[in-house]
Amino acid sequence: MKKIVIREEYCIGCRLCEIHCLVQHSKSKEIIKAYKGEYPKPMSRVRVEQLHHLSFAMQCRHCEDAPCLEACLSGAMHRDKKTGAVLCDEDKCVGCWMCIMVCPFGVIERNTEGKKIASKCDLCTGQEKPVCVKNCPNEAIVYEE
Amino acid sequence: MVKRTAPTEFIVERDEDKCIQCQVCCRMCSNDAHVFEEDLNEVITEHKKCVGCHFCETLCPTGALEVKRSTSETRANANWTKKALTDITKQAETGGILLTGMGCDRPYPIYWDHMLINASQVTNPSIDPLREPMELKTYIGKKPDRIEIVTHLENGKIDPSKVELKTKLSTMLKIETPIMFSAMSYGSISYNACTSLARAAQQSGTLYNTGEGGLHKDLYKYAGNTIVQVASGRFGVHKQYLEAGVAIEIKIGQGAKPGIGGHLPGEKVSEDVSQTRMIPVGSDAISPAPHHDIYSIEDLRQLIYALKEATRYKKPIGVKISAVHNVAPIASGVVRAGADYVVIDGLRGGTGAAPTVIRDNVGIPIELALAVVDARLREEGVRNHASIIAAGGFRNSGDVLKAIALGADAVYIGTSALIAMGCHVCQKCYTGKCNWGIATQDPYLTKRLNPEIGAQRLSNLIRAWSREIKEMLGGMGINSIDSLRGNREQLRAIGLSDTDMKLLGLKPAGEAW
Repeated sequence: MKKIVIREEYCIGCRLCEIHCLVQHSKSKEIIKAYKGEYPKPMSRVRVEQLHHLSFAMQCRHCEDAPCLEACLSGAMHRDKKTGAVLCDEDKCVGCWMCIMVCPFGVIERNTEGKKIASKCDLCTGQEKPVCVKNCPNEAIVYEE
Repeated sequence: MVKRTAPTEFIVERDEDKCIQCQVCCRMCSNDAHVFEEDLNEVITEHKKCVGCHFCETLCPTGALEVKRSTSETRANANWTKKALTDITKQAETGGILLTGMGCDRPYPIYWDHMLINASQVTNPSIDPLREPMELKTYIGKKPDRIEIVTHLENGKIDPSKVELKTKLSTMLKIETPIMFSAMSYGSISYNACTSLARAAQQSGTLYNTGEGGLHKDLYKYAGNTIVQVASGRFGVHKQYLEAGVAIEIKIGQGAKPGIGGHLPGEKVSEDVSQTRMIPVGSDAISPAPHHDIYSIEDLRQLIYALKEATRYKKPIGVKISAVHNVAPIASGVVRAGADYVVIDGLRGGTGAAPTVIRDNVGIPIELALAVVDARLREEGVRNHASIIAAGGFRNSGDVLKAIALGADAVYIGTSALIAMGCHVCQKCYTGKCNWGIATQDPYLTKRLNPEIGAQRLSNLIRAWSREIKEMLGGMGINSIDSLRGNREQLRAIGLSDTDMKLLGLKPAGEAW
């Protein structure tokens, strides 16, 4: 499957990936509305990790042997048959956060703004490529097989 | 008295309706012009710190930022301009020489904009470069005075398959297009910028130049597209280095700062730069103004031949001089000293750091220098002994074409190449805080230039200009760049004085052949 590959040597730490991710996962999908007029406040599913000049954008790795799938009590966490992406069905999610406990990369976030749910990267379902990749100004994340 | 400080140069206008407080601008500005104030929960801009590099404006996801020149004005005065006042204030504060980067920004005449190119009509057909062959291939180096061939007779007739060249040709550089990347050293620009130039040169079949900063060990793989430079500081010069490139260039002068040397501050001498330059980490790299072993043309000849010996006469040796008042006789001397090509760097040539007063006041424009050098070498019958490479402020393919018609074999582009990589010509190269990751060694900043993107953009620029040159050549009914070289009949002057036209060797627009 196609995955988001991190090239930390080119990550400039601008965090535009986080901003565009947030917008993509907002109701309006418009940047100014998403930031200024939406409640619950949309969340970004990618996070830039930074220590001094080393930085990189980290989002769900969509593991082959994803521990979150086994840990999920409600069956919300599932693998998309077509794309192979690990997705969280937010209707089924009960917010127990077992997935967060077992995730080896720490890329699942608690979303407590509305209904308590686990929030994670969905590879921008329906988009040609994830918006973080599309909007990275320095091609520090790429979407490839 | 109240101490005056230099006025604010730029205002960053923030459209508060659009600003989403995402703080990209705060994270990205190396000059700390944007700061997020936790107490106020908003981004505050300190306009005074803005250098006008437009990095924040480029990255702002909502287009909320616009960098503008400050409109704060002193009383209009043709002599005591805002710039004059600012400069004096800065010097009154610091007591130092004012530094700057890039090329001369004063409004001296740009002669390219006073030249017009010819085209075919009725009496000679123009050529469509998309349908017919069009040659931009250029050879740099010494061309023979005459060519002798050996023929073999078969039944009293010349056998065409057995014609051989008897004359031994000297080594020449073959480039696919007459545009090369000019000398920019590792140290003055980042590793990623050097890599971008090297890769682009390889992709475009042209050459880039190491400057006097030595050649980073990772870049030896691009040796086939590298000109190595030997300058007055001799930084990074060793046998392997000399043998690495396809040619060696002795740098005597630079258009932005004729007559003075260079100074790479110790802060920029990182571990990698130190290894490449062969100097201790953190030590200032000072290039003396003259080469201390060159005080005459005869001395230059010795160095040229020392380098030729060292590389077993396999590589052309070039000499780069800046365009100064006496440029024609100097270039003639350089050619007679044995140089295979001469680079003339004009007034508007760029730099990583130079005293402002020198950059803005010393030297002459490349257009005039190129024209007089070409004319002088022709008069003396030595034009074929060396190629001429023109440098200093080429902005587009029109400038390149005009330079070739004035007599250049090829041109060097520096500033244009940097602009292709993102540079906004803010002239702050000397601070080492380049937000675009070009003129800096700061690890936070250097990675902002992804060499894959850099190389692609540079290759695109070369490709675009080459295609435009082909179109213009086709319009003139010429199918090879060689037929344009020194062909001043293809140019006409507009709005120039008789003296200018005489120096440029051009007829006024309107005058027929």
